[in-house]
This record gives sequence, structure tokens and C-alpha cells, in this order.
Amino acid sequence: MRRVVLVATIGLSIGACRGGGSPRGSAPGSAPSSNLPVLNFGRTATAEEIRAWDIAISPDGTGLPPGRGTATQGALLYRQKCAMCHGPTGTEGPAERLVGREPRQGFPFGKDPALVRTIGNYWPYATTLYDYIHRAMPLNAPGSLEPDEIYSAVAFLLWRNEIISDTTVINAQTLPRVVMPARDRFVTDNRRGGGEIR
Amino acid sequence: MPRCDPAHNLSTMTDVPISRRSLLAGAAGALGAGALQQQLSRLSPADPTKVPGAPTSDLGGRSPFERPRRVPVGGNQGISLTPLQDLCGIVTPADLHFERHHAGVPAIDPQRYKLLIHGMVERPMVFDLQALRRFPAVSALHFLECSGNGGASYRNLRPDLSPQLIDGLTSTSEWTGVPLATLFRAVGVKPGATWFLAEGEDAAVMARSIPIAKGWEDALIAYGQNGEPLRPEQGYPARLLLPGWEGNSNVKWLRRIEVSDHPFMTREETSKYTDPLADGTARQFSFVMDAKSIITFPAYPVTLPGPGWWEISGIAWSGRGMISRVEISTDGGRQWTPAELQLPVLARCHTRFRYSWNWDGRESLIMSRAVDETGYVQPTLAELRAVRGIGTFYHFNHIRAWRVRSDGSVVFGLEG
Repeated sequence: MRRVVLVATIGLSIGACRGGGSPRGSAPGSAPSSNLPVLNFGRTATAEEIRAWDIAISPDGTGLPPGRGTATQGALLYRQKCAMCHGPTGTEGPAERLVGREPRQGFPFGKDPALVRTIGNYWPYATTLYDYIHRAMPLNAPGSLEPDEIYSAVAFLLWRNEIISDTTVINAQTLPRVVMPARDRFVTDNRRGGGEIR
Repeated sequence: MPRCDPAHNLSTMTDVPISRRSLLAGAAGALGAGALQQQLSRLSPADPTKVPGAPTSDLGGRSPFERPRRVPVGGNQGISLTPLQDLCGIVTPADLHFERHHAGVPAIDPQRYKLLIHGMVERPMVFDLQALRRFPAVSALHFLECSGNGGASYRNLRPDLSPQLIDGLTSTSEWTGVPLATLFRAVGVKPGATWFLAEGEDAAVMARSIPIAKGWEDALIAYGQNGEPLRPEQGYPARLLLPGWEGNSNVKWLRRIEVSDHPFMTREETSKYTDPLADGTARQFSFVMDAKSIITFPAYPVTLPGPGWWEISGIAWSGRGMISRVEISTDGGRQWTPAELQLPVLARCHTRFRYSWNWDGRESLIMSRAVDETGYVQPTLAELRAVRGIGTFYHFNHIRAWRVRSDGSVVFGLEG
């Protein structure tokens, strides 16, 4: 009986599809044109919800938590949690090479495909190191490191790249002040379509 | 394998190494060619009009004769390439949509899913999936493309490259979702906001800074793909969709949007997804995908059985709008003739082009060249290398070429 009803309903809807009239609709992708009021089907976020997920670190240091670390402390952590993928000194792999300042002159990555981009020769902001390690590292236990551990790992990588000394304390105040070698190498996108190849 | 292209049929497929391999691995297991034919005949009676057919079912599947496959590379930090040469039209079946993940595909319970929007807003809000689906929705066909797509055709060139291996990191779907502008109005974006951070719920908590103007213009929080919920590999249950912009900025498994007055300089917009240039700088926030095209037939590893009329076919697309023209050369770029564009031609969407070619049997270098509505003309490899440099990364939109040899075999046609 249920099946009969179902078939009857399908029959009706097929009939309905044959209805005439010219199509009336919005262009693909265009927002629904409307005289609707501002709709809001969400709910207010709690301060706790925001705090739990608000992890992004800005280049001026906004978002960096309390804590500290040095390269000496970071060396131990690196051996335990990073070296298995990035190699004993950050150059051997198999995962991404982290350490290297060559070439010391210029920024010839566009001309030389053999150059390997590292923290020392390519990353423009030191705060990105904290942000990224906190989000995604180590690969087998992402998000597991405490702030002191992350500051230590960052200090170790900056020291290995000859950007700070092995006694420099890295914390929320010092990290944004670290000037990376590639800081001024980046330009905004100037492609605009039209006749020019850029 | 009898795919959409005309040189693939059952009599020629065993001459095509890649087809034979995939068919053997799939439909028939490790069988010889004779056993394979036997297996195939069991799948289809000699005269289908003399045997009642199969009943209806609750979930369709492909014909057992069709086994298109992505090519996965690199595990959970890797890619999986769409088999462009196996597809016709412009829509990519959802299970063949390309993949690029930074820490694998997360398993997200839609009941527990929520999107947080906060930062420079009047009312920080949380939207669950039901809430997102309750807003007025829009649907639109758009391509998505990884900005590293085409890298295999830029340097260290090889003849044995297929459309899949060159450009398989682009796919087109019909996306359904709520305009981000609708949510921006709901939370009340404050004056002075210029960027927003889009962050995923994957194990990399992948994040990108996006200019807020794109959010107001045409960004979607997409939850639908080709008529069904997003596939997990495409961001289930909801993702950011930025029509025409590089794939990485279309953050999948979107869980948080932070409205701000500055970019955050995440790893994916500094260390990665920046384009070193020949002049000793690197281009940052290069979001838009420039116009591009590729011939998907004839292309490696196809062999044309003989001279005569063949339809050259492929796809063209531009992140800046509609494709206005695709031109074909069959003489290595000396003469160009317009191809037919298959309607619909949609903005920031794959466009199918076709060109009837009477092949005289001599070796020919065939190419396609896309022009978009801004007047931008897809550059040659030499032109692109001159401005970007041989060492650049990302946004490889130069003209591709196929060499059709006199024996009918086809190989990738750019060298150097």
C-alpha cells in the first residue's frame, strides 16, 4: 500500500515538472536579491568558545601566549620530536628542510630552481613559526606542544638559521622583534588581467 | 577503456598501456588479455535485448566497463589528480574531484559541526550546519584549482605526461551554499575590517588570510557539491569557496573566520603559495588564477588509429571571468584558428572547447590558447619564464602542446 502511494506521488510530481511558463531566476552565484531584513540564524558565541579556537598569531605578536624558551632548551625538544622527520640538524630530511641561509646575496629563487626554500632564506616573519608549529606540528601529534616547548623550538630553529644567538630568550615580546633575512623580499600581486603578462 | 574520447574503444584499449594496466588492475584482476575479454563478456550478454535487465537499486554506480581513477601521490599531505582525459563536458564527478590536503581528510560529525565568526564584528556568532542551510542559498558552477597545477609542464619536461599529470589539480562542480556576505551582515562586520582569516578543522588547522572585499563580493560558505553534501575530500560539511582564486585559499572543513584589519602571515601565505619571480622578489597573495587551457584529446597516452577527421577537445578557464575565445594551432603556434565554445560559458568555470581537425597523417604540434573577458591571452612557456623565471613556483598557466607523431602516437609537446 505504501509503495502504491509513493508511485502515485512520483507521478504527480513528474506532471508538475511539465508546467509551462518562462524561467525566472537569479544569475548563477549572485546573492539572493532581496528586500529581506538581515537574517541571523546563528547564536552568540561564548567567550569560552572564542578562547578555545582563537589561535592565530599576528606579525605584531598579538595572540602569543605567556611562556619562554631558548635554543639550548629547544635542542633537546628538537631531538625528541622533530629530528625523526627533519633530520639531526634540520637539513637532512626526509621532511621539509628547515635550516639554510644560502644564497647569502640576493633572493634568486625565481631564477634558480635548485635553491631550497628554508626558514632562514625565505620565511619573512618569525611569528609564523610559532603559529605554524602550534597548529600543525609534530605531524604525528599536532597541537600537542605547550607554549614553552613551542618557544624553545622556535628559538632553536632561529639559532640554527643564524638569526639569533643560542642564549636569546624567545617569548611574546622578543619574537615579533626578530627580523627575518627575507623580510623585505615580498611584493604584492600586480597581475590585473588584460594585455600584460606578469 | 571506452571513455569519452573517440580513440578509446575495446579494440584499441589493449594497445594503450595505461588503459590496459588500469583495466587489468580493476575489472579483471591480474589476468591475461584473453581472460580479460572473457571476463568482459560475462559482464554483458551477447544480445542485451534477449535478457531481462537488472532491477532498480538504492544507489547507482558506474558501468563495470568504466573505471576512471584519480592518481594519488604523497599520502595525507599529498595530492590526487583528476583524470581530465577521461571526462567530457565541464562537470567533474564528485568522486573524481582533485584532492590536496595538508594533514589528511578529517572525519567531522555534522551534528557537532560549528562555524565561529568573530574578531572585528558587532556580534561574534556560531553557526551550526542547520543554521547555515536555513539562510537563502545560491548555487553556482565554478572551477577549483590548486595553484601548483601545471608545474609538471614548466621545467624538466618529459614526453610521457598526460592531461591528468599536468593539469589534474583542477575540477569543476556545482557548489551550493550561503554567501559569506549574508553571514557578514548577520555578525555586523565593523568599519576598518580589511582581511579575514579562514581556518580549517583539519589536523593542520590550515589557515589563510583573505581580503574582506572577496568575502563581500562572491565568497560562499559551501555545503553542497553537484547536488549532494560536500564530499569529505572537498571539505565536508562546509568549506570556503572563493570563485576563481587559488585552491588553497578555499579553506576546507571551515571552522573559524576571524575578521581583522591585517593579514596574519600564516605559513601558507609566506613560506608556501608565494611566487618567486625573475627580478629577485616573491609575489605574495597571488590569489587569482589566470586564464589557461589544455587539450584533453588527443593527448598522451592516446594513439590515433589513422589520419582523417578528429575532434580536438579540451577545457579552458579563467579566474577573472568568462572565457571569450579559445584558439587552436595544429602547426606549433604559427597559425591560430578559433575553436567552438560549448555553451554554457560561465565565469570562473571550466569551458569545453571543440575543434574539428582533418589530420593529414604528418607529425603535428597541436596547442590551445585561451583568451578571457579581460583580454588576457594565455602566454607561451617562453613568455611566462621571461617574467617569472625558470625557478618560480605556482600559477603555471602557459600554453600546453601535444606532439602527434606520424604513427598516431601522442606525447607532451613542450621541450626544455
